[in-house]
Amino acid sequence: MSLAIARRLDLTTLLPFAATVLLILGGSLFFPQMLGIGYLSQQLQIAAFLGVIAMGATIVILLGHIDLSVPWVLGGAALISTTLAGTGDPLLTALAIPAALAFGGLIGLINAVGVALLRIPSMVWTLAVNSMLLGISVLYTGGFNPKGEASATMNWLATGKLAGIPVAFLLWMAVAVGLALMLHRTGFGRYLSAIGYNEKATFLSGVSTPSVLFAAFSIAGLCSALGGVLLAGYANQAYQSMGDPYLLPTIAAVVIGGTSILGGKGGLLGTVGGVFFITLLNSILSVMQMSDAWRSIIFGVLIITMLMVQTLRGREG
Amino acid sequence: MPEFLRANRREAIAVAVLLFLLTVYLSTHPRGMSTYVMTIWANQCLILALAAAAQFFAVIVRGIDLSVGAVMALTNTIASHVMGGEGISLLGGAALVLAAGVACGLLNGALVVFARIQPIVVTLATASIFVGLALILRPTPGGVINYDLADAMTLDVLGIPTALLITAAVIGLFWIPLRRTGLGLGLYAIGSSEQAAFQSGIQVPLVRMISFGLGGLFAGLAGLYFSFVTTTGDAGIAANFTLNSIAAVVLGGVALRGGVGSLIGAIAGAFILKTIGALMFFSGLPPLAQPFVEGLVLAAAIAIGGADVLRVRNRLEVFAR
Amino acid sequence: MATSPSPIVRLEGVTKRYGATVALDGVNFDCNAGEIHAVLGENGAGKSTLMKIIAGVIQPTEGVVHVDGEPVALRSPREAVSRGLVCMFQELSLIPDLTVRENLMLGAPGTGLGRLSGRTLTVACDLLARIDGGHIPMRARLADLSLAERQQVEIAKALAREPRLLILDEATSALNASVVEKVFTVIREESARGIGVLFISHRFHEIEALADRVSVFRNGRHVETFDNGAYDYPAIINKMVGQKIDDLFPAKPEAKPDAEVVLRLDGFGWEDGLKDVSITLRKGCITGLGGLDGQGQARVLQGLFGLLRKTEGDIVLDGREIQIASPKDAKRPDISIALVPEDRKTEALVLQQSIAANMQLAALGVDGVPASDPVLYRPYIDALQLKYASLDQPVGQLSGGNQQKVALTKWLALKPRCLLLADPTRGIDVKTKTQIYELLRRLADEGTAILLLSTDYEEFIHLCDETHIFYDGRVVRHLQGDAVTAENILAATLNLPAQGGTHA
Repeated sequence: MSLAIARRLDLTTLLPFAATVLLILGGSLFFPQMLGIGYLSQQLQIAAFLGVIAMGATIVILLGHIDLSVPWVLGGAALISTTLAGTGDPLLTALAIPAALAFGGLIGLINAVGVALLRIPSMVWTLAVNSMLLGISVLYTGGFNPKGEASATMNWLATGKLAGIPVAFLLWMAVAVGLALMLHRTGFGRYLSAIGYNEKATFLSGVSTPSVLFAAFSIAGLCSALGGVLLAGYANQAYQSMGDPYLLPTIAAVVIGGTSILGGKGGLLGTVGGVFFITLLNSILSVMQMSDAWRSIIFGVLIITMLMVQTLRGREG
Repeated sequence: MPEFLRANRREAIAVAVLLFLLTVYLSTHPRGMSTYVMTIWANQCLILALAAAAQFFAVIVRGIDLSVGAVMALTNTIASHVMGGEGISLLGGAALVLAAGVACGLLNGALVVFARIQPIVVTLATASIFVGLALILRPTPGGVINYDLADAMTLDVLGIPTALLITAAVIGLFWIPLRRTGLGLGLYAIGSSEQAAFQSGIQVPLVRMISFGLGGLFAGLAGLYFSFVTTTGDAGIAANFTLNSIAAVVLGGVALRGGVGSLIGAIAGAFILKTIGALMFFSGLPPLAQPFVEGLVLAAAIAIGGADVLRVRNRLEVFAR
Repeated sequence: MATSPSPIVRLEGVTKRYGATVALDGVNFDCNAGEIHAVLGENGAGKSTLMKIIAGVIQPTEGVVHVDGEPVALRSPREAVSRGLVCMFQELSLIPDLTVRENLMLGAPGTGLGRLSGRTLTVACDLLARIDGGHIPMRARLADLSLAERQQVEIAKALAREPRLLILDEATSALNASVVEKVFTVIREESARGIGVLFISHRFHEIEALADRVSVFRNGRHVETFDNGAYDYPAIINKMVGQKIDDLFPAKPEAKPDAEVVLRLDGFGWEDGLKDVSITLRKGCITGLGGLDGQGQARVLQGLFGLLRKTEGDIVLDGREIQIASPKDAKRPDISIALVPEDRKTEALVLQQSIAANMQLAALGVDGVPASDPVLYRPYIDALQLKYASLDQPVGQLSGGNQQKVALTKWLALKPRCLLLADPTRGIDVKTKTQIYELLRRLADEGTAILLLSTDYEEFIHLCDETHIFYDGRVVRHLQGDAVTAENILAATLNLPAQGGTHA
């Protein structure tokens, strides 16, 4: 076990953390406030939204699959939770979060039916599921921003603080630790990467590979939905296309964290680093009052640079 | 002939579905089959068809291109700066637009071939760069395209929509000849089995670069044609076209694992997708139901395509898929 | 050996290393114009590495390749072909999704990325007709052809490239005798025209019929080159194996026809591939499954391991009928069946993962088995003398034989009551074979029922207690005791009348 952890703490995993620290130190030369508690704590809060989603994405990508239904699972969960909370009825308000999570889990199962049972490439199937969810929500909201609002609990989860630490960040860490325990204490983590490398050999080892796929996609759905709940709590509403800006950064965070897009190699810890890196990068670019255009360009260039460093290292090793 | 159909059944099915949908569309359209109706329809189809062609060249060599829409946005915004003039400057402008498309494709290709990063991740990142550049060129939608040229490209010739003529030209003057060259074979060979292609003497890096270059060219063409249709530059069109281009190649029978399918199928897939949209517009469905039905059709088509896996009686065979 | 003045290819001190593994070690070798040169050696002797270097698929770590006396760097198959070095790989250079016609034209000399040459196609079609492949439809997708047809296409494709040196790597393994004879005729004609031929085969009689010179390789080293006929078979085999192995097989115990029945297949069938198969596995017995490739014997293993849907007939375990719906079912403690599949690299192991992770993959999640405890695997690692640097080493770095040991250990750790093996010694060195045979016999003595699918009839004769021979999905012969002879096995695999023994 200790050996396994030591191996996981290799340089690839540490790279995004190191890059994040460099970003903060470099940025603080120009903007000293970046070293302030207030700023950093705010970054932890913002990182949590992306972070929660990226935890689920990591699990699916470890399998060698991808979940492109993130945007509308997130949007749908936000929509459901704000609608329920917006009724003002105490019972429905209490159900807001569980219903949103159940929705995420359900969509995860639908994703898994296509991928595990019908053997449709996940990129295609989850894309189709995403466009159906988009369609349903357009139909439901009439194309306008939905009414409704976040419940107090949702607000607290997204913006509250416990002992000076953002609750959202604590929640993200709880999810991360919970999943990490699940991955390492049971065979689940081993199954994920074995399937990512070689699904056939894993199945022939007597592993019920479809069950693993179902579990992984449901977890991803739950994580996306939780991300939606947090974002709705943060914005105090749901809005059209609120999930779209999260799909690509999620994948980028996972990949920068050292998880191979082909599956097998990687882990949650690296993704946590990747999420920090991307959040900080975004924040610094906006502190520098960079236009959207330049942010987008720098974002792309840095991701490619990080990946080139990774593949070069991989080829040497 | 039956053998020809069997060998090309994926394309045959896609074309048959398209003809069926088109018949239904034209017969339910309140204005019936007219040049006007056909022209509007064909223009919308061609934009997506060119995007699907761009996607095809990534998918056929076992890749995927998440930057198709971004290249379209970039070339569209470039066009809105250089295609407003008259006469010979338009030719230079078009060349510049397409060169930009090719350059984007080659950048993707170089990162895949030489830096050995997975195509999906490369194009995810370059898409961000291309959209950024497009935003610099057009922070807000605007600019102008020469109206005469735009009209010429988007109306009709002797009653036949220009867009259909362009489609025919892409297939007849580009694709069918290409399919009969060493390059055409090489594309399929790499997608089907890279090792076997290498051992057969195919220059894998070169062919893959050309494939990405062609992908960029078609994304550029899509951006250019989009400019003719909208006569303006807009940096915000990326996401929609990328996803739809993937959906189109899948509907057209191109296998995402590479090596199977044809450009004709990809184009047919794009036409199918757009025709479904157009069909619903007139079918009495509430407009708000349209995105849902589109998604449903896409999911159903894919699920039906995958359903034969349930009949497989040796569990090991599903892993070969 | 007198070197002819005109070697087309000469290798000087060529070494190829993959990480710590040495595939070729300081090899000097040449092949002349107009000669047919056979290359012999066990699997892993370095033959394929040698061929790949000459064909430009891989580059040597050290040493020089001379073509026509000039040192050259063959950086790709394309460069090799341009110098007239053409390799016929074991069906590996054909593209499954392209048609026969397109495959024949792919990468042909003179066609770059531009127009395809019709001339190459004409030549190839002509060659195809000469080796009995005239019936193969040009428009058929390659994946739809039989293995034999694919080999014919591959041969025609290679010859159409107008080689000066033609490399044939197991080129005829799937062809029947009359086609092989036609191929040989073509090869002799080409050789008479001054083409050099490098020929790898495992069939001694082919080599005897065809070769001018023979080179023997062992453990990545070039042992000796001699004229065909200089040595007899046993002498050549000794050169290949390097040591004389008397006791390949452990002593075979007395037959135990009355031993307790562990598992019984009754009227077992599946689709068209398997019809009315009844087999009994007894405690402590090794039961063999033989026959030509694809006669249904592999389906029996798959059926018992829960891989086939909608099977007919019954599986009876300890007197009660059971259903096995998946491999997960099969390894349940109350069933306890294990399968070591045939293809190590794609089915048995996750090559990128460590030895430890691979060994644990089957045991994880089985009730009452401490999967992560190394002690569980130790006895089998020791018995098989697994060679490894650390248990954290990726399995892909091990040699084929050691990989097979990991695949065996992974399942033996579960102490299965019934062990299914799909040709576990294919492509494995002799020493590992003896270790595996010894372990299997010991397991049987300890009470495991073993079902062994094999393509090596020696294993039926010396290792198995009884053997079922398959033909066209049926058991055509059940051989026991003295009836298990090479002649009987051979006759049964071809479904010819028996010379004795009991019918199924």
